[in-house]
This record gives sequence, C-alpha cells and structure tokens, in this order.
Amino acid sequence: MKIKNILTYCFISSLFLFSLICIWKILVTLQGIELINFNFNKLFIFGIILCVINLLIGKKFNLNIKIIILALLFSIFDYFVSINLPIWYSLGTFLVSLFFFNTIKNYDKNFLSKNHSSQKLFFNFLTLFGITLFSFVILFPFYMMLVTSFKTQALLLLNPLDFSINFAQGLPELFKSYFIVFKDYNFGRYMLTSTIVSLGTVIITLIFAIPAAYAVARLNFFGKNFLSTSILIIYLFPAIVLVIPLYTIFSQLGLRNSIEGLLIVYTATTLPVAIYMLQGYFKSIPKELEEAGIIDGQNWLGIIFKIILPLSLPAISSVALYVFMIAWNEFLFSLMFLDRPNTFTLSRAIQFLNVGAETPRQYLMAGSVVVTLPILIIFVYFEKYLVSGLTAGSVKG
Amino acid sequence: MSSKLAKIEKRTAYLLILPSVLLVFSIILFPIFSNIWISFKNVELKDLRIPEPRAKKLVKLIKDNPNQIKVIYKLRNSSLTQEITNVKFKDKYPDNIEPIDLDNKCQFKSNLLKCELGNWPKKYRENLEIVFQNTNNQEVSKKEIKSYKPKLSGKSQNILLTYKFTLKNFKKVIKDKAFIDLLSTTFYYTFFGTIGAIVFGILAAQMVNQKFFGRTFMRSVLLFPYVAPVVALAYTWELLLDPTSGTLNNLLINYQIIDGPINLLGQKYVTLNILGFDFKLRLALTTVIIFEIWRYFPLAFLFILARLQAVPKELYEAADVDGANPIQKFLNITLPQILAVISILFMIRFIWNFNKFEDIFLLTGGASGTRTLPINVYQQGFSIGDIGMGSAVSIVIVVFLLIFMFIYFKLLGKRADEN
Repeated sequence: MKIKNILTYCFISSLFLFSLICIWKILVTLQGIELINFNFNKLFIFGIILCVINLLIGKKFNLNIKIIILALLFSIFDYFVSINLPIWYSLGTFLVSLFFFNTIKNYDKNFLSKNHSSQKLFFNFLTLFGITLFSFVILFPFYMMLVTSFKTQALLLLNPLDFSINFAQGLPELFKSYFIVFKDYNFGRYMLTSTIVSLGTVIITLIFAIPAAYAVARLNFFGKNFLSTSILIIYLFPAIVLVIPLYTIFSQLGLRNSIEGLLIVYTATTLPVAIYMLQGYFKSIPKELEEAGIIDGQNWLGIIFKIILPLSLPAISSVALYVFMIAWNEFLFSLMFLDRPNTFTLSRAIQFLNVGAETPRQYLMAGSVVVTLPILIIFVYFEKYLVSGLTAGSVKG
Repeated sequence: MSSKLAKIEKRTAYLLILPSVLLVFSIILFPIFSNIWISFKNVELKDLRIPEPRAKKLVKLIKDNPNQIKVIYKLRNSSLTQEITNVKFKDKYPDNIEPIDLDNKCQFKSNLLKCELGNWPKKYRENLEIVFQNTNNQEVSKKEIKSYKPKLSGKSQNILLTYKFTLKNFKKVIKDKAFIDLLSTTFYYTFFGTIGAIVFGILAAQMVNQKFFGRTFMRSVLLFPYVAPVVALAYTWELLLDPTSGTLNNLLINYQIIDGPINLLGQKYVTLNILGFDFKLRLALTTVIIFEIWRYFPLAFLFILARLQAVPKELYEAADVDGANPIQKFLNITLPQILAVISILFMIRFIWNFNKFEDIFLLTGGASGTRTLPINVYQQGFSIGDIGMGSAVSIVIVVFLLIFMFIYFKLLGKRADEN
C-alpha cells in the first residue's frame, strides 16, 4: 500500500464529503434558517478521520452496518458543531453522509495498493461531484423561478434567502401571483397568441417543407445539389441581420403588430432546417415502396400522402416538436414586430413586464413559469423526438 | 418515353420546391441583400412612415338657411419631413345636393366631388370650405353627409426607393473610436463562450457516459437550460445576481465570503489580485459569458455524448490490459475520437455566439462593457433610430459571417476528403 494513495484517498474523500454537506447547507440556508458558517476546518478533519476508519475496517464486517455507523457519527459531530438547528437538518446530513459512505464502502487496503488507484479514485469522485454540482447549478435557477412565484414582494425583500414555501396559507393565497398574472396582466391572451403562433408555424412549415424535402430527396432536377447545399448556408444566417430590412419592409406593408407577419417570418426561418431534416429521413425510405406505388397507379401526391408520410411519422413529429420549440421560445422578432399589447406573445409580454413600471418580481417569475413549464413538459414527455431534432437543428441556436 | 418521364419529374420537382424557395427568398435572402441597399442610405426610423394626405370632414349647419350646409375639410400632410405631390381628393354626396360657388380646383359631377389639390409641402395644413344646397329646397341632412368619408391619394417619395446614396454610415462605423472596442468585446465574448461551452460539454458528457442511478433523468436535466425560453432564464438570472436582494450576493455575504455586494451585471471592471499582480477583469462581460456557457453547454454535451457512445468498448479494454491510467485513456483514446466533433462544434458555436443577441440584450441591454456587434445593430437602428447605421453594422456582421463560413466549409471539405 502506497502512502501517496492513502493521502489522496483521505484528502479527496473528505473534500467530497465536505462539498456535499456544503450544498446541503446552502439548501438549508435557503429555507430561511440562519446558518453562517460551513465549519470547514472541523468538518474536514473529522471527515479525514472517518475515512481512515472506513479504510481500517475495510470489509471486516457487514458493509451496511459500517456505513450507517459512520454516517451516524458524522451527523452527530455536525450536530454539535453547528448549534441550534432543527432536527430535519440533521436528518438530511445523515442521509447525505450515508450516500457518501455508501460510495466509499468498497475502498480498502487492497484497492489502494492496486495500480493507478489514486487516479481512479480521483476520477470517481470527480464524476460524483460533477453530477451533484451540475444538477445543482442547472436546477437552482429553475427552482428559484418557481419558488419566487409563490412568495410576496414584502417577504422577498425582508429576507432574500428565505425560499421556504408556506403551505399553511392555502392554495388560493399560494397561487395568487398566477391569478394576478392571468387576470390583470392578460397572460391568458398572450398564452393563446403564443400557442396559435407556434402551432401555426408548425403546420405551415410542414406544408411547405414536406413536398420540398421529398423533391430534394427523390426527384432529379437541375440545381438540386446547389439547392441542398444552400439550405444549410441560409440556415446559418442569424436573425439579427434580417431584423432591420424586415422591420422596414413590414412597417411599410403594415404587417407589423400582426400574427400573420410573425407566422411568415417564423416559417421562413425554420423552413431550411425542416427541409434538411426531412430530406435526410426520406432518403432512408426504400425506393421499392414508391415504385410499387407507381405501379399501383399513384401520382406524386398519392405517393407522398399514402407512402412517404405514414412511414416518416417519427421524423415529422421530431421536426414538428423542434419547430414548435423554436417558435414558442422566439424573442427577437416578437420584440421587433409587436408593440401593441393585444398582439403580444408570452416572451414579449414578459419582457414588457420587466421593462415597464416596477412589476413585483413574483409576477415576473410567475410569468416566466407560465412560459417555461409547457415547453419543459413537452421536452420531458417527447424527449426522444426532440433530442433528434435538437441534434439536427443544432447548427443554430 | 423516358425523356418524357424525366420532364414530368422535373416539372413536379420545381412545383414542389417552389413555395419554399419563394418564401425563403423573400424573407431571408431578399432582406440580407436589401441590407446593402439600406446601409448606403440616410434613413431614420421616423422616415419609415409613408407620408399620407389626410382630411378631416366637418359639417356645419347654416343658421338662417336650413336647405344649405357648409362642409369644411381640414387638410394636412401627415409627414413632417417629406412632401406629397399630385394630391387627389374624392368625396361622395347624397342625391339632390349641389355645391354653390365651387373652388376652381374642384369638380362636381353625379354626386361626386373631385379635386386636384396639387403638391403639398411638408407640414402642410389648409382648410377647404364648400357650401352645398339642396336642389329641391328641402332640409339638408347633416348626418347623411357626414356618413361619407373623403378619399385622398397622392404620390410621395419613398425614401427607401430613391437613388440617393451616401457613404456616411460606413464612414461612421469605421471611424468610430468605439469600433475596435466593439470588435474586441464581440470576439472576447464569442471565444470564451464557445470554449467554455465545449469544455463543460466534454465534462458533462464524460460523466453521463458512465453508468449510475438516474442517468436518463440526468441527461434530460442537462438539456433544460437549452430548451427553456431565454426570456424566463435571463430574468431569473437577473434576480439571482441582483446586488441588493439577489440570492447569490446574499449567500456569499451570509457565509462571509465577500464583504459587500458585487454588482455582477452592472460593473464594468473588477480588479483581482493574483500573486501580487493586479488583473483587471471585465466583470459584466464575464457574467454574461457564464450565462452563455450555462445555456449552451447542453448542446456540446449532446453531440459529444452521442460520439462517446459510439467509441468501441474494446479500445478501453485493450488499454486496461496495457495498464493505462484514466488520464492516458482520456488523452489517447477518448480525445482523438471526439476531436472531429469538437472542431465542428467549435466552428458552429463560434458563428452562433458571434451573432448572439437575446442573451446579452436581456441581461444587461449592452451596458457596462457588454456591447457586441449584434447589440450595436439594435441600438443604432432602434434606440438611436438610425436605420441606415444599423444596416451598416449588419453588413459588418455578414462580412465576418461569410469569412467564418468559408473557413468552416473549407475545414468540413478537408475532413470529408480525409475520410
């Protein structure tokens, strides 16, 4: 057994335990509980001691009993170090340390005397730590958005660290911000507009893209190669260089402040990627099926509707979901083209709330939840389809 | 026979692609080219309103004479900057009504009043008064006369369609002292945003590529920042980073890590002391870059993960037999396998970060040293209201974009040759 391996093991393990406890403590602080010190010195040294004990015991007796005892020791120590904390805090500490000791239970003298064991250990912990940290960093803003929408302005200013939700106040009081956002700020209407615009974009894009993609995938015509390469190049042009000319043209044609104008622009900007994705899929459908259709006396339209479409439903749904997501989340064009509240989409309405007079932040966050939740639900539910859309469409974003 | 079939095929193909091509041409390609046209013009936001001749119709009864009525048209040019030429006027009247003492610009024929009002200079205002009488000596109905609306038409120069050009915009763009600063900010933002997103993407992909409990859930969660609407996320971050009531500052103060609040989005520079040297860090720009990385590393993650899952397991097993350590495995097996994906990702993300508008606009609005080229397009065009300048900056973006695309497709072509 190398001394270097033992030192790395103790040091990294204890540091990992400490960072897990830190994240737990931050979460506890955000429930409004006063906690002003991480107690790095004491916890870190005690952590090292426990890790050494874990190593010494090794696999001599039941592993489950070992981890429970070690976790219990740690949480009791932590309880005495940090004073005046509720019992559920210690329970959480116990669970966190249980998780930690469970991951290191298999390390013993034999493991540490193997080749590269210190590096393996390091990477194991890095992975675990990374997963915890990444989840925390990613989910925290979403968590904050949701909880802020359940609070009141006065409470938020009184203690900005208190994110506890008071369920005792009853549901109507809890969802008050949502009622106000829908009633006073007209979010019902904006949501309807957003839905109409997004669904409209999906339908029109598919109507335009399916025939075009079929032609690019299957038929021979002059300029085909040029067309298929230019689809991608066009897709790379960003919205910001289109904004000024489109703004001038649309304001002279009177298309600003209209849903039709928005639909045209959204369709045109998503069309290239829709064609690109669909033609790739159409090419993978065996040609023999279409030849059979021709023998049966189908014309081109019949082939598209009766053979190609039913076979490529997965690709079409993935295009549809991706286009829906783009249209729902789109911000720049809705900022440019809409300045009358009766045509606002959700994104534009939230920006308007923020720029306008001092809107209480719980309303702003309630609005943000209203715009975020549908798209996240769709994403989680249809993840498989959307991921393939994201991968194909990822040249832009 | 076959040539006839080919002809039909060709015709069908054109028919199928035509709608898409037309739409994309008119909404994407045409605007890109019209940027060039606009950027050589002296156009402001207020010039975009087409000047209109307008008339307000007032009807007044004449006290002593119930079968006569006075109609006043308040004429004006809606534009404060442009003249309208050749204004024509048309209004309809009920039966049995005739004008007395008609202005010689006007004619009255079969219930229609037509006038040729000539040219109206900018800010033009005039009243046109005409007295009418009923030919049957009956009372004139005020309501009926008021129910008709006058129609006016005139020709005005559309400033966008004239052939007057100027180099003013481009001179202003290049001579602007802030232009170098603007470019360096844009490149700083683009470069570090791209590198950061890729590095975190690799880390995340490495993690998720191992087996652990809740792996599929983790994969979904990692994509959340990319899928959620930017507006909601930017405002959440703004609240999170707020100097007085934001969570982050309060947490750091609570744990005594910092003494006072830091305005992460509103402070241009912060001086860091590292090993006795003072470094000036662009604070707001760094914060915006961190947001950018947070939002777009999922994309890099998705690509790299897909590639990692395709790496044959035998390679790692062979390395284990050879006694390679984890770092050697990463450097000698994983990295070469994902290098192609990384280089493509780098180019694509670089192009896209270069054009990123929403994120910075929503977080800082371009203040405190975060003004990039796309933000400048918006500020010139819509905050200052100089459409021509905005277009000129757009052209600068397009030029850079074409250079990047050229490099990108060169690299892509090279890679295709190698395989």
